[in-house]
Amino acid sequence: MIEYALQGTKKYWILIFSLLTVIGIGFGAYMYQLSEGLVITGMSRDVSWGLYIAQFTFLVGVAASAVMVVLPYYLHNYKAFGKMTILGEFLAISAVVMCGLFIFVDIGQPSRVMNILLYPSPTSIFFWDFISLGGYFLLNLVIGWVSLESERKSVAPPKWIKPLIYLSIPWAVSIHTVTAFIYSGLGARSFWFTAIMAPRFLASAFAAGPALLILLTFLVKKISSFDPGKEAIQTLAKIVTYAVILNVFFLLLELFTVLYSGIDEHIHHFQYLFFGLEEYTALVPFMWFSVILAISAIILLLFPKTRQRESTLIFACIAVFVSIWIEKGMGMIVTGFIPSPLETITEYMPTFPEILISLGVYGIGFFILSVLYKIVISIREREA
Amino acid sequence: MGMDRRKFLKVSGLASLSGFGVSSSAQAKDTDSKQTKRWALIVDMNKCREAKDCTDCITACHKVHNVPEIKDKKREIKWIWKETFGHAFPAQNHQYISEEVRNSPNLVLCNHCDNPPCVGVCPTQATFRRDSDGLVMMDFHRCIGCRYCMVACPYGARSFNWQDAKPHIKEINTKFPIRSKGVVEKCNLCAERIAKEQIPACAEACKAKAITFGDLHDPHSEVRKILSENDTIRRKPHLHTLPNVYYIM
Repeated sequence: MIEYALQGTKKYWILIFSLLTVIGIGFGAYMYQLSEGLVITGMSRDVSWGLYIAQFTFLVGVAASAVMVVLPYYLHNYKAFGKMTILGEFLAISAVVMCGLFIFVDIGQPSRVMNILLYPSPTSIFFWDFISLGGYFLLNLVIGWVSLESERKSVAPPKWIKPLIYLSIPWAVSIHTVTAFIYSGLGARSFWFTAIMAPRFLASAFAAGPALLILLTFLVKKISSFDPGKEAIQTLAKIVTYAVILNVFFLLLELFTVLYSGIDEHIHHFQYLFFGLEEYTALVPFMWFSVILAISAIILLLFPKTRQRESTLIFACIAVFVSIWIEKGMGMIVTGFIPSPLETITEYMPTFPEILISLGVYGIGFFILSVLYKIVISIREREA
Repeated sequence: MGMDRRKFLKVSGLASLSGFGVSSSAQAKDTDSKQTKRWALIVDMNKCREAKDCTDCITACHKVHNVPEIKDKKREIKWIWKETFGHAFPAQNHQYISEEVRNSPNLVLCNHCDNPPCVGVCPTQATFRRDSDGLVMMDFHRCIGCRYCMVACPYGARSFNWQDAKPHIKEINTKFPIRSKGVVEKCNLCAERIAKEQIPACAEACKAKAITFGDLHDPHSEVRKILSENDTIRRKPHLHTLPNVYYIM
């Protein structure tokens, strides 16, 4: 099927080569990091994880969100998602690849990465994340590829694929739960030390992931004759609505516990996030922007009229995606370090090379996504 | 006594079997034993404060372990250093504390916890706890530099080599490894000196005799004597990491 990705319009090749350029620049920046060390990033002794690990966390959510199309279709026989599941599964594949790469670019001794397998350590949540992400990648690759292959040959998918699909549903939940456990089990970091981390991660994932899927679907619709259908998009929009409201609700639950208990070491982080500590206010404007986006998106999604109108739906989906990207991709990880366990404040801002490397990883993800979606579109167009 | 102890071990054994007894089994590890040692440090802050701006212990430690001197605070590497009372003991701090205590720096280093969070999170067992003497050690050649241990440590005891350390080491001690860039490091309580029956470099260098080193499993050791005769505190006891560094305030 890969041959479908090797033939395309001029626009397709422009996209492919633009992505390759972004990847190339990111690779160059990574070579610089490899020779100089992580000193070229904005991370520090106090803020020991930054943009890379935050992107990893955010993208685990995007990967997990495929379950939001797989579950209604396979468990509830919701036919409208029939054409959509493959898009969700392929989005998951590219997101998991990016997750792996973001971990890889973050480690100080990449040549020793296999030590994770050579000395498996079940007490480390990283070990379990490795298993859950690896398994999820394989599940989606097999399920996506086999279903598409059968579609191309116009035959029913083999029976053995069904159990794998059922397995992929709880597995999707597990990848983001385990990722939340990386943070929520550490007594040293009061900001993350809360049982609501996993539910918050899942809610934000099920909002941002399907929002991105809606946007990608509109894009696919625009550039090809393949249309997954209005009903599918509208159902996804309802899923986004519920999830984004749940995400805000969970945040408010957390805020109640933190503020009502009045425990300093919990309050300080939220204070830093939304108001700043002393003169340190780097994240404040971003966080309020995220709040405004979330509120506007909820309003637009709640009213059926604006949810159904294409232009406002697109705006709402962009707002949800950006809002949650700021929340998870900027605020969530870094704020765990500010203030530090010794109550000192060191701020964090990613450096230029760090951003280039991150863009390079996103470039690889979108490259894989483009190739996979191209194959889907070509097969669907042939059918039409 | 014998009966109580047996009962306790039974209960803690059951608890750890079920997987929920991490804390009680850690305490069981902490009981006296003739076979194992439990190295500990006691810092007498009264003696340390009198010496004012003295940094002999820090200099000695950093010299013997090739700890680079990096000016940029964000990339700094330190095994033993000074923190204000509020930073070292945030939970014990209050606004009416004596000026003397508030303003004088406190020595901090790796606590060589009995229940070390850094060891649990390490995905390669590059950080491990030696059962024979309780030291929390590092294999610099196995560490992949993921920095999960730095995230898990509640004491900020760990440093990462953000860059090549060599240009920042004044005098290289050829008897101790220089860490490559991209790995984490921390105080090893001078495991290499203990192996030669020497006391840690910081304790040896302290002219005020403010640092006492010894074995908690030996009921006749000096550290046990000091602990039984003085009021001592540990950093962040509520986290149940069970530090082996004690402070006399």
